[in-house]
Amino acid sequence: MRTPIFLLVWLAIGAAVFGVSLAIGNDYIFFAGYVVLQYVVLSTAWNILGGYCGYVNFGSAAFFALGAYSTVAIYKLITENDFYRMPMPVLMLIGGLVSGLVGLGMGYLTLRLRGAFFAIATLALAVVLQTLIVNWDFVGGSRGAYIIRPEQIWPFGNYIRYLFLIMLLLAIGAITVARLIEHSRLGYGFATIRDDELAAEASGVPTLRLKLVATTISGALMGMAGAPFPYYIGYLQPSSTFGLDYAVNSIAMPLIGGTTSWVGPLIGALLLGSLQQIATVTISSAVNLLIVGFLLVTFVIIAPNGIVGLIHTYLQRKPEDFVGRRHVEADVPGQVP
Amino acid sequence: MIFSFDLLINAIVSGILIGGFYAAVTSGVSLSFGILDIVNIAHPAFIILGSYVAYAANSSLGIDPIIAAIVMMPAFYVLGAGVYQVYYASFEKRGQESLRGLAFFFGLLFITEVSLVLYFGVDYRYVDAPYIGPSWHFGILDIPMRILVPFLVSMLLMAALQIFLTRTFIGRAIMAVAQDQLALRLMAVDPIKIKRIAFGISIATASLAGAFLIIIQPVEPSVGREYIGRVFAICVLGGMGSLPGTVIAAMLLGVVESLTSTFYGPSWAPAVSFGFLLLTLAVRPAGLLGR
Repeated sequence: MRTPIFLLVWLAIGAAVFGVSLAIGNDYIFFAGYVVLQYVVLSTAWNILGGYCGYVNFGSAAFFALGAYSTVAIYKLITENDFYRMPMPVLMLIGGLVSGLVGLGMGYLTLRLRGAFFAIATLALAVVLQTLIVNWDFVGGSRGAYIIRPEQIWPFGNYIRYLFLIMLLLAIGAITVARLIEHSRLGYGFATIRDDELAAEASGVPTLRLKLVATTISGALMGMAGAPFPYYIGYLQPSSTFGLDYAVNSIAMPLIGGTTSWVGPLIGALLLGSLQQIATVTISSAVNLLIVGFLLVTFVIIAPNGIVGLIHTYLQRKPEDFVGRRHVEADVPGQVP
Repeated sequence: MIFSFDLLINAIVSGILIGGFYAAVTSGVSLSFGILDIVNIAHPAFIILGSYVAYAANSSLGIDPIIAAIVMMPAFYVLGAGVYQVYYASFEKRGQESLRGLAFFFGLLFITEVSLVLYFGVDYRYVDAPYIGPSWHFGILDIPMRILVPFLVSMLLMAALQIFLTRTFIGRAIMAVAQDQLALRLMAVDPIKIKRIAFGISIATASLAGAFLIIIQPVEPSVGREYIGRVFAICVLGGMGSLPGTVIAAMLLGVVESLTSTFYGPSWAPAVSFGFLLLTLAVRPAGLLGR
């Protein structure tokens, strides 16, 4: 499928989702759906670096939080003084820019490191950024910052519907970008890095440049996902915005869904995100993290290629068995009298 | 100026003492990550588990937390050996340890932490022991016993580990497994068994480190996260798998952190360890006493 058609199909699906949500008429759908969509973006973004290149980023929360805090900074700078509210897409672009730049910087600093060292460095980066934010009083410091969300917005009514729509569009954008990368020279370059970086470099793949592209895109998408968050949550606080649950979810979702294609993070995020929303309401928010932990451990042990991998083997098993049997049958007459 | 000189000396001394405790916390990671190349980022969670075990023994039976931790070390050893067995069977054997192994330990970290939250709640817990209240006054020095005692026991632990690794057969086999598994196999030693023993020991140290932690500060389940960066920073800074390097790096970090929180405020302290880590990784990945 060509990219424009792919995009159109997804826009149609998105329109249908938005229409159905409107038809249900309960705004809670938008509140819950927003979080699920946010995870679609986060896990797709994580997968561009983690799944395609094989570099584990534990610092997703930091990029997400940077996007959120750039919105807070703009809010404090402009909106509180001049009562001018920047349009959300602009805020998202700024958030994406900030996180993308930090991603690029992180890449320069850490991508000479391989495997575990890179992962630990990203974790370190997240804590350093958190400490900076905690000590930066302008954006609220450790006390946190309040963002006053407009009640209504024309033509949608409740503001949350608008946020939901924006996140829906961003999610569609993210999976389109992921798919585009997958089927391009860039994606093949990423795959060579994942499979054997040394061999890739020896065959002339510009690994460092590709990795920088990956960290930048991945970081920028996470930042864009974070930018509307202050408006969603109303009160932003460093310890929850940098919370480990963003980091674990953005890793668990692609790994549970499957890391090799854009479908995996999407499935993982939709499944795990909805499951968590249901568990939070029906059981408790601590238990839902426990579920994520258990699912993550189970999946990496039992189904290393995630749900997509399971479906793949299931679909391929039958024809293969069939072909295999035919081969045996074809060979048998010649050997057995 | 006299006042700030006092402050400086006290900050340095308490940094060294805390550094000794950091060394005990890191020793497990030095074994698993430094020697075995197993990126056990769940190690701090095992340490918190150790804290809660010490807390449970102390609050219900009134046992000294350090003694309770020593008694529990075999149980932690078995736990560690079990975790390694699962890790080996599902990742190392299939050659998938990098990405999925990391995710596995990340999941373990989460499961341990959330289970502790569900069982004990998120309140801060602390222990009672005779050495927790008083402190030693020594001229201008002011040394709290609750930091001195873990420091001394930590140093004993580090010395014991170093002697074990350099003087005993199994210890030398553990060092050898890091260098050449095949050669070890040719010497008729099963590398998997050696790694299982080493990983078991690494988790066993978490029991003791957990007891130190809850003696030094009140503990709640997510405290462990602060230690993820610290232990890896120390491990990398000290040079992978070198216990003397670990002690030096731990004390260095302890002093720098202590100076930072004395002169700039405690809210900056976490950035120090991670900043150190980033700097080490960028400038000298082999660490101070690297192989």
